[in-house]
Amino acid sequence: MKALRHLLSMDDLDRDDIEYLLDLTERYVEVSERKIPRIPALRGKTVALVFFEDSTRTRVSFATAAGRLSADTLGFDVGRSSVNKGESLRDTIETISAMGIHCIVLRHFGAGAPWRVREWTDASIVNGGDGRNQHPTQSLADLFTARQHLGDLDGRRIAIVGDIKNSRVARSNAIGFSKMGAEVIFVAPRTLLPASLEGWPVKVTHNLDEVIESIDVCYLLRMQLERQNDAAVPTLREFHHEFGLTTARADRLRDDALIMHPGPMNRDVEIAGVVADRPNAVITEQVSNGVAVRMAVLFVLIGSRLDLVEEQSAVA
Amino acid sequence: MSASDVTRAIRRMAHEILERNFGCVDVVIVGLQTGGVGLAERLVDDINEIEGTEVPLGSLDATMHRDDFDLRPITSEAATTIPVDPTGKIIVLVDDVLYTGRTVRAALDAIHSYGRPKAIQLAVMVDRGHRELPIRPDFVGKNLPTRRAEMVDVNNDGVDLGEIS
Repeated sequence: MKALRHLLSMDDLDRDDIEYLLDLTERYVEVSERKIPRIPALRGKTVALVFFEDSTRTRVSFATAAGRLSADTLGFDVGRSSVNKGESLRDTIETISAMGIHCIVLRHFGAGAPWRVREWTDASIVNGGDGRNQHPTQSLADLFTARQHLGDLDGRRIAIVGDIKNSRVARSNAIGFSKMGAEVIFVAPRTLLPASLEGWPVKVTHNLDEVIESIDVCYLLRMQLERQNDAAVPTLREFHHEFGLTTARADRLRDDALIMHPGPMNRDVEIAGVVADRPNAVITEQVSNGVAVRMAVLFVLIGSRLDLVEEQSAVA
Repeated sequence: MSASDVTRAIRRMAHEILERNFGCVDVVIVGLQTGGVGLAERLVDDINEIEGTEVPLGSLDATMHRDDFDLRPITSEAATTIPVDPTGKIIVLVDDVLYTGRTVRAALDAIHSYGRPKAIQLAVMVDRGHRELPIRPDFVGKNLPTRRAEMVDVNNDGVDLGEIS
């Protein structure tokens, strides 16, 4: 793959890059299964986890990934930081960078924040989720999980269902899955879709029953209750009835179709509680694969020296 | 070395491994990715034929344990499969060419993340010298003195010596 400084969006990757990262992820899954799941690949490197928004799984996942590669991690929680004293994002980033950081994993509520941060530091930036915009490592974990079960994703159909308007996961996965040759269908009421989907590589439907029997992946999004201030759905019960993966709908899925969810789940809102425990629901695998995927991303950004390949081929 | 020279050398090394370890109880053969894997397979075939047993065969990629990956790009990693818990076993690492010894050092590190072997031994088809670490092979197909500017190629047709262009 090409040398990569930052991973901000799934748009940064082409299909070859994605496949390279997923292949590398397979190696790191093996590392994670060893008795001592640790390799010295990023020894001497420091990864800062800078989280301006609540997160358990992404944060812990990156910390575990960095640890398995022998990198040091520096946790930075906004709740306990000088941000509360009025320090600006720029000053925060420059302060952290001054401590000799190789990589910053940034979670920020503002869409586009990592693009600004990139200008203020020499460190590599990984977007750990910015507002409603992008969450590329989640998408890579999902692509890896889907590929493990379905093989080649070319021509596969994936329905992304629910609160698309507020979802960075939906945006990243729309790009990711379509780059891998899959057909992406957004399923949501009009009130939960963005104002415009022009240029997006997706089809749109407002009727889950229309597609439920023909899809290979049913990807449920978390209803972002904390971002609902404009009554997008009448009641959560009605939403569940119309757009949730109910037991009845799950029964109509093809036998080999996967049920996915980025977590954390609202059981009985976007997905019936019992459906989430079915064998074709791969939700916990998405989480465990997330660690290996993040190892691959961290290694490619700050450990692989892929830049030397380009230098060498430039010389030759 | 011709193809039949290599075949005979593998046969001899198989016997030496059995002789050293009084048979093949607890012996596990592990080929180093990528050059050692094919050689390890052939060694295991010979050992199984001689002893009439099934010796476990694994492969190991030690790339991520190397000490020089700040100096050169790492573009891919090959698969690692360690078929049994190495704790208490005799691991015979197999590689095609032994040169600086750095790959073997990385492999020694890597194998320990799977368990603590009783012993680790090293079998190589060609020892070309120029060691940079205190590492020596236990079983050698051929000692081949070389210059650093030369390149050794071990394949199914035998062993070739060439110049690095």
